[in-house]
Amino acid sequence: MNFRNISTIYRKELKSFFYSPVAYIIMVVFLIITGWFFTSNLFVMGLVSMRGVFDVIPFILLFFIPAITMRSFSEEKKSGTIELLLTKPVTDMEIVVGKFISNVVLTALTILPTVVYVVSLSFLGRLDFGAIITAYIGVILMCSIYISIGLFASSLTENQVVAFIISFLMIFALFMLNKVLMFMPTFLVTILEYISSDYHFLSISRGVLDTRTLIYYFSGILIFLLLTKTSLEKRKWS
Amino acid sequence: MSIKVENLTKYYGEQAAVNDISFEVKTGEIVGFLGPNGAGKSTTMKMITTYLTPSNGKIFVDGIDISEDSLAVRKKIGYLPEQNPLYNDMNVVDYLVYAAELQSIDKSKINDAVKKMIKVCGLEDVRHKDIGELSKGYRQRVGLAQALIHDPDVLLLDEPTSGLDPNQIIEIRKLIKDIGKQKTLMLSTHILQEVQASCSRVIIINKGEIVADNTTEALQKQFEGQYKTKLIIKQNPKTDAANIKAELKSIKDVEGVKVSSDDDNKTWIIEITNSKGSDTREEIFKKIVSKNLELIELKQEEASLEEIFRKLTN
Repeated sequence: MNFRNISTIYRKELKSFFYSPVAYIIMVVFLIITGWFFTSNLFVMGLVSMRGVFDVIPFILLFFIPAITMRSFSEEKKSGTIELLLTKPVTDMEIVVGKFISNVVLTALTILPTVVYVVSLSFLGRLDFGAIITAYIGVILMCSIYISIGLFASSLTENQVVAFIISFLMIFALFMLNKVLMFMPTFLVTILEYISSDYHFLSISRGVLDTRTLIYYFSGILIFLLLTKTSLEKRKWS
Repeated sequence: MSIKVENLTKYYGEQAAVNDISFEVKTGEIVGFLGPNGAGKSTTMKMITTYLTPSNGKIFVDGIDISEDSLAVRKKIGYLPEQNPLYNDMNVVDYLVYAAELQSIDKSKINDAVKKMIKVCGLEDVRHKDIGELSKGYRQRVGLAQALIHDPDVLLLDEPTSGLDPNQIIEIRKLIKDIGKQKTLMLSTHILQEVQASCSRVIIINKGEIVADNTTEALQKQFEGQYKTKLIIKQNPKTDAANIKAELKSIKDVEGVKVSSDDDNKTWIIEITNSKGSDTREEIFKKIVSKNLELIELKQEEASLEEIFRKLTN
């Protein structure tokens, strides 16, 4: 892998988010929703805690990530620019990784303003900064695995709406797994629990970040990036 | 820099889009890749650019097997795909910089490369405009500029003038001709004038198979000497089409006669094919005069590339 190529793709992709109003709209909506939960926790319930914000983020991500990843490959497929990109001296994996990083950076930029909440809370009472930092890491990891799923979905179709729906369904299934465990046969419970993204996020937001969780996220990301690459290569054989 | 294609085959499912074709494009040649729509031109080009993988056969660019070192091959190739896809929301300079970076041009040389392309392709006036706002002619120039930015030795242009108006076509053709001087250039088209205007050699492909591969002149020569005579005669109530046809057929060296009437039945339009190498104009004239008919027009045509193309692909 050539890092210069990855960085070229990453920079172009990140810029192109801001060519269209979509990125701004998504960011504003994200901040409005988290802001609502922050203020209601603080002023209505009088809690000095980031809990409310971190509790709602996984739900926002269900829609937020598919919305930002849906165009990544679909648009290039539809306009035909994918043919230009794939005939440049760049490997398919470099393209996938470049696009992945740009999506992760965009989500990180969207989440960044919520640090203002943390700062303002720190004036009002004692905060467990360790737990908050871990929770932020958890959010980024969760975003990353969702983004890799979103990229895969986007590489499957040239229709952005279809890409959105596919990635939403996949992310939703992954998110819901640990909530339907009671209906599952016992021997599957531990496996399904491990596959569920929310299970890992819950343990992180409680301040626990262990290798099991890290392996889960990193292997998940890798699997979906490889699937995306394979899906791009499909053109060669069909 | 040469392109060598050996027994190339590509199946889409059961159907062979390209069926066992072999050809070579030598360094510095400008080759027209000609064929009706759906003949397999684009598929062949996509395989040379490594976008598609052949079902069978080998492709060498500058002696490198594209299946072995596809990245090295891509660096040598400049490619303008069919329909000229571009990022509509980027501006021209940003896009060319992006194309240059993807071609791994040295950071210090990117600016110069972009400036040069803007000059060569005549993009000075639109350099800061979004690509989506450009006219088709300018879009085509941007497409050419991105294909040329790394000064490739091999240039593949897939229908470079499709969808342009006549003025733009002439401009783009001129540009291609200028650029093509130092490069190995392959250009696909279904328009014959395109080949006559720009190419030294032509490969005609039909239904996935090569039906002709020769220099433009040699192809014309192959069919040369086969003349067609066209004449228009005023209609006369004393005789009829069948009669005239029979009379003309009786002339030596005339092989075929086709008589048709014009829309308001005032004249007969007659097409005569002659046997090879013969000129029958004089006899035809004498015949017409001897029948007391009025000749309005008489002209002789040589087989054009267009007819050769039609003959080969029908």
